[in-house]
Amino acid sequence: MSLPRAPRGKPHEVWARRMSAARSAGEVVLELDNISLSFGGVKALTAISLDVREHEIRAIIGPNGAGKSSMLNVINGVYHPQQGTITFRGEVRRDMDTHKAAVQGIARTFQNIALFKGMSVLDNIMTGRNLKMHATFIEQAVYFGRARREELENRRKVEEVIDFLEIQHIRKTPVGKLPYGLQKRVELARALAAEPTLLLLDEPMAGMNVEEKQDMCRFVLDVNEQYGTTIVLIEHDMGVVMDISDRVVVLDYGKKIGDGTPEEVRTNKAVIDAYLGVAH
Amino acid sequence: MDERLDTFPRLMLEHASLRPNAPATREKYLGIWQTWTWGQVAEEVRALACGLAAQGFRRGMHLAIIGDNRPRLYWSMIAAQSLGGIAVPMYQDAPAAEFDYVLNDAEIVFAIVEDQEQVDKILEAAPKVPSLKHIYYDDPRGLRNYDGVTSVDRLREIGREYGLAHPDFYNDEVAKGRPGDVSIVLYTSGTTGKPKGVCQTHAAFIVSALGGCEFDKLDSHDSILSYLPMAWVGDHLFSYAQWLAGGFTINCPESGDTVMTDLREIGPTYYFAPPRVFENLLTQVMIRMEDASAIKRGLFRYFTGVARRCGAAMLDGKPVALGDRLLYALGNVLIYAPLRNVLGMSRIRVAYTAGAAIGPDLFRFYRSIGINLKQLYGSTETCAYVCLQPDRGVKFDTVGEPAPGVEIKIADGGEVLVRGPMLLKEYYKRPDATAESIDDEGFFHTGDAGLIDDSGQLKIIDRAKDVGRMSGGAMFAPNYIENKLKFFPHIKEAVAFGNGRDTVCAFVNIDMGSVGNWAERRGIAYAGYTDLAAKAEVYELIGECVEQVNAELAREGPLASSQVHRFIILHKELDPDDDELTRTRKVRRNFIAEKYGILIEALYSDRNVQHIETLVKFEDGRSGMVAADLRIAEANVFAAGAAREAA
Repeated sequence: MSLPRAPRGKPHEVWARRMSAARSAGEVVLELDNISLSFGGVKALTAISLDVREHEIRAIIGPNGAGKSSMLNVINGVYHPQQGTITFRGEVRRDMDTHKAAVQGIARTFQNIALFKGMSVLDNIMTGRNLKMHATFIEQAVYFGRARREELENRRKVEEVIDFLEIQHIRKTPVGKLPYGLQKRVELARALAAEPTLLLLDEPMAGMNVEEKQDMCRFVLDVNEQYGTTIVLIEHDMGVVMDISDRVVVLDYGKKIGDGTPEEVRTNKAVIDAYLGVAH
Repeated sequence: MDERLDTFPRLMLEHASLRPNAPATREKYLGIWQTWTWGQVAEEVRALACGLAAQGFRRGMHLAIIGDNRPRLYWSMIAAQSLGGIAVPMYQDAPAAEFDYVLNDAEIVFAIVEDQEQVDKILEAAPKVPSLKHIYYDDPRGLRNYDGVTSVDRLREIGREYGLAHPDFYNDEVAKGRPGDVSIVLYTSGTTGKPKGVCQTHAAFIVSALGGCEFDKLDSHDSILSYLPMAWVGDHLFSYAQWLAGGFTINCPESGDTVMTDLREIGPTYYFAPPRVFENLLTQVMIRMEDASAIKRGLFRYFTGVARRCGAAMLDGKPVALGDRLLYALGNVLIYAPLRNVLGMSRIRVAYTAGAAIGPDLFRFYRSIGINLKQLYGSTETCAYVCLQPDRGVKFDTVGEPAPGVEIKIADGGEVLVRGPMLLKEYYKRPDATAESIDDEGFFHTGDAGLIDDSGQLKIIDRAKDVGRMSGGAMFAPNYIENKLKFFPHIKEAVAFGNGRDTVCAFVNIDMGSVGNWAERRGIAYAGYTDLAAKAEVYELIGECVEQVNAELAREGPLASSQVHRFIILHKELDPDDDELTRTRKVRRNFIAEKYGILIEALYSDRNVQHIETLVKFEDGRSGMVAADLRIAEANVFAAGAAREAA
């Protein structure tokens, strides 16, 4: 799609401004220190420390049940760890709170798609703008003043995301009618609509064919590049992880067994053992 | 031709001064139709032209243009022409490997492409194209870290500065243009051999465009949807030459996938599509009707029957019985008008189809529901302008009468020869090919076999080289048979064989959407195209279609011996990426005959199963083998003339 779509809005210029801010620094935005989480007797996470730097793509990998999704849930406040501290943007806390996490710019997608099946793609993505809506119930009912301004602004933002993820053709289609790969993309769209600074993706490519995976990879990289969004990503496809991440952390049975660049992780003995098994 | 208006840039400037605030171009973006007026378009073109000049683009140079239909790509054509340059639009869906031939042949130095996808492809081809120096992209997404490419925005900025420093430059350059200058090089997709660059002048396309506008009374109030490949002569005539000649509005769809929705929103008054598009539309309608409730299905069936009986005659203004008139009026309220609305064709005054022969039944269907669909005949070498069907003089089996200013002659062998101002100047750097196709009297040899009927209208039978004889001496016109087969929504593509044989046999591609839907409703499970194509039930379904075609052929005298005796449903869809279809999706008969020789052999043997392994290319450029055991089915044939009862 082209620039300058005169005479109305020039969203690419907005992106361009954000882009120039992006990719400049690499300071730590999120730091998890010594996190332990257990459900009754089950230890989901044991003394895990990891950090996420601004603008990077950080992958979390590990076998099934390693604690990857729990890790994401700790980051956005769904689970509250029994031990450890979380530092997000300089603020040190025992645990996160879901609402506060969202307000501070954390958005996520889910391993099992969590969309409103009966609603259109557009409406689903619009729910991602929930936090940006401040008009009162009355104002919205009469669609006047602030409500109208907000609606226009939110709709425009949503349309930018629709354009970005190339889903114009399904704008008005109910989500339940869409194939799986597209639903995943709509979920990403909803997360992006919240204009996150930190995006948590829980297996964005699971169950996709090769072509859909390639598309999704490109979108993840584009989001990272264009918006400068920091991305934490869980993924099983090693090819994908090694290709697109800047740093990878490896979990196994709730413990961290490796952390570093894809190259470092690939040659890490503990990681190889965890993935390929070890002769006893 | 008005002297001031004899090149495209001058036409644009004329519209900009006559009606600066009338809409010239629209594009749907962020869900909203954005409009540029003629005044704004002139400004944009000026900036692009000055930018190109500042970067070293000179008179006579070629500008490659690659991408979907985007306003700024159309504008860059005018920009290049303003400087005395020549636009070279290229097929946007071609893989990188096919880029380098055209880029080298046209000695491209400057290229304007749409987006990251096209930039990737052109950069892949670049090492083999030493002349290529400047690449500009329209959509900046994903291109931030690319070196050596520039955004069109930057080009505009450069142009604005250059324009300020040289205020008279642009108008001087436009004034230097001559109508006899080549304005565009269109590469023919080539059913045989390497593509050839067809050089057309401003004069040729403007004459053709003005002729067409006058013929159908098109003016600045019309509106069209520009969605066909920019490299195709049809799009260049309708979305560019006629746009600038008639001064109407072109509308660029949001994306390739949204064309249907955009069509409904715009409601064009003038529409152009190859038969394939009309076929697909009808297939979709039929699929949806199958899923409709019994009452709707019944109404649809009844009133399409009424329309078939009298709809076309009503459109032609012929006398129709009062009872039928009333029924048709009722049908219009209940079925035809809503159907036209769904198809986005409520406001259409004139619709054309060209590019391939259209099945008569398909053609009749659209006319019968009140859409003024007409055929035109032409080729890249003739600016797609040779014959047009006049309103009220439309016949199903002709392509119309010679367009204003065009002379037609039928050669002894049946080949159609044409002469007129719309003919190509030459094939680029191919004097041999130019000499071969234009004879001493100035007639262009079209390569189509045809005849002129009693009313002076031209009838095209087939490609001259495709028309053959069967061993019994009867005429064999493969396209004719294939078109009949393709009218069935279940059949997407067909290839008929029979030249020099005693019977006709055919390959069939099923339509995945239509047959898939049919299978679902019957609870037939399938894993994909190959699996579905091999189902016994599907063979039965297609067998019935073939049988109906045979029944029709049996009634058509000399073609009765062209009935299809045996057929195979292919295990893969014919695909331009595998060279089986051209980019405009015409079958490459000889290539297919060679590639699937083993299957043809089996068709003409008494075998019922044939194993085949085929090389296929995937969309990411990799290739692999597909193997299958294909069943060969027999179809019932009818005695000549005796089919009426059987059908």
